[in-house]
Amino acid sequence: MEMKNERTILQINDLDISFKTNAGIIHAIRGVNIDLQKGETVAIVGESGSGKSVTMKAAVGLLDANATVNSGQILYRYVDDYGHEQVYDLLQMSKKQLRSTINGSRIAMVFQDPMTSLDPTMTIGKQIMEGILLHKKASKQEAWDRALELLELVGITDAEKRMKNYPHQLSGGMRQRVVIAIALASDPDILICDEPTTALDVTIQARILELIKDVQKRMKLSVIYITHDLGVVAKVADYVNVMYAGKIIEVGNVNEIFYEPKHPYTWGLLAAMPDLETDDDRLVSIPGSPPNLLHEPKGDAFAARNAYALAIDEKADPPLFKVSETHYAATWLLHPDAPKVEMPQELKARIARAQKEAEKNL
Amino acid sequence: MSEPLLHVKNLSQHFKVSRSYTVKAVNGVSFDIYPGETYGLVGESGSGKTTIGRSIIRLYNPTSGNVIFQGKDITGKLDRSVEEMLRRDMQMIFQDPMSSLNPRKKVADIIGEGLDIHKRHASITDRDAAIGEMLEKVGLSKSHAERYPHQFSGGQRQRVGIARALIMNPKLIIADECISALDVSIQAQVVNLMKDIQDETGCAYLFIAHDLSMVKYISDRIGVLHLGYMVETGTADEIFSNPIHPYTKSLLSAVPLPNPEVEKRRHPVAYDRKAEGVDYAKGSEHLIGGTHSVLATDEELARWTA
Repeated sequence: MEMKNERTILQINDLDISFKTNAGIIHAIRGVNIDLQKGETVAIVGESGSGKSVTMKAAVGLLDANATVNSGQILYRYVDDYGHEQVYDLLQMSKKQLRSTINGSRIAMVFQDPMTSLDPTMTIGKQIMEGILLHKKASKQEAWDRALELLELVGITDAEKRMKNYPHQLSGGMRQRVVIAIALASDPDILICDEPTTALDVTIQARILELIKDVQKRMKLSVIYITHDLGVVAKVADYVNVMYAGKIIEVGNVNEIFYEPKHPYTWGLLAAMPDLETDDDRLVSIPGSPPNLLHEPKGDAFAARNAYALAIDEKADPPLFKVSETHYAATWLLHPDAPKVEMPQELKARIARAQKEAEKNL
Repeated sequence: MSEPLLHVKNLSQHFKVSRSYTVKAVNGVSFDIYPGETYGLVGESGSGKTTIGRSIIRLYNPTSGNVIFQGKDITGKLDRSVEEMLRRDMQMIFQDPMSSLNPRKKVADIIGEGLDIHKRHASITDRDAAIGEMLEKVGLSKSHAERYPHQFSGGQRQRVGIARALIMNPKLIIADECISALDVSIQAQVVNLMKDIQDETGCAYLFIAHDLSMVKYISDRIGVLHLGYMVETGTADEIFSNPIHPYTKSLLSAVPLPNPEVEKRRHPVAYDRKAEGVDYAKGSEHLIGGTHSVLATDEELARWTA
């Protein structure tokens, strides 16, 4: 098993997943490629149902029972206790193997809702210690000390007292901090954050995002963010994958995606979110709603909602066209024979405004 | 300016949890909404923004204060004609389109319920025509009338919720987090629809949300709530270009912007009410200019504007 790059820590190759439901087979993931480099942050953006959560759930073996992995690899590289480099395909491992070697200890996950991801019958101290005792073969006293350290790391004051609290005694922001502390308990390499702040207020969201960034720097973590909020992406990500109907339709570094987007769907997403200076009469919106993957669309899945669709979009799915070394987009508009199409005026004006703002702050 | 459509004066809403404990959700909030304008209420969860909406439309009985709607007091006991006016001219769009529609009713009956209760149609054909027209206005089709809510997507269900509010031809619509549960691309569609409807019918909105950039975009005037107190109010421009209250400042600094170069360097401003020693109950409303006013004591105001 080969990895593309020395620094790649997680590499998803051509992942294809379908779900069997009463209504029929839903082809939810249709050939996804994602690379994560050591120490970097990758964001996966998309609407609900685009398959962003399913992709990462596959990596930690949390897929529902009705899911089938049709093809693909999820390669994970790590250095084992003897200093040897190991590359594993996570999809080939059994659930039991994943549980004992990967989940929690090497790849940890922070879920969306801090209200439901904690056990209401256990003190938070116990919940943090659980992972340490299981993965690190530490004594109870060591685990206690480590848990205390983690609570302080995630910015909980009065940590000693809080260790004996139950989840219901904490506010939403506090609980999410505890969830993050649990995820960090056994020194993972990769932290997957599935909509970590969606259930929280903006002021608390900002603090949690700062916290994750801070922890990432200190612990040299690689982080994957799953979110639908482009503002969050702009704040945290190095690289961005835009997902639509089970495919990555645009990938690039964060500046390329926000300042030079190429895919009409990315244009739509950016334009649909007003910034604080927007005073246009109407927001540019993407018409219609995402396709139902029960009936797999022929050609480009986005064609029906795309004002810039070409005739070929109905017939063939566009491949990823290269824009730069790091920037790729799956739209026929980038084909050399395609007519020249510019992004909508409103978006262009807004990006110009954003870049000016960025220069001012340099 | 003309007469306000809705005049809220010193509204308080307390909930008695037990004999010794009362939740003071809203404390002495005052604001006006003029015909055809959009008033945005922002604040974190627990700030009382939803409670205010629900007290105004009388889903709760306000503890004290007055709400004057179209010149009539709608607090206290309502007599029949006032209640009928209130139920007809003020409507609400709820947050969650999944749980706010009765799953056992057809869309036509959900939308038409208000018509049936108020006997606003001469015949069944009239009623069905009105429902069909309304469905088309919100971007659905007439044939959708015979379907049930579960047959629609989230965005479409929210459109049904909007149609239900609009069919009574209300003067004021309370939109309580009505786009928060929708995807970004669908949010823009619904906001555009709400703006179109306002242009067409001249109704006013009380737009309750926590997404500041969307509130700024849709609202003419904004009220910022914290812990049940209205800490700052003014036009959207006044609030965003010249925030005075430290809570407003911290709220503004926390909004993530789709601009990576700026966003990576920006850090949120923390606001700790206790550390700053701010007691909202002691403050009084200070006019900054225009319609812009802040809740503060004289000493606090001097400190914040310095």
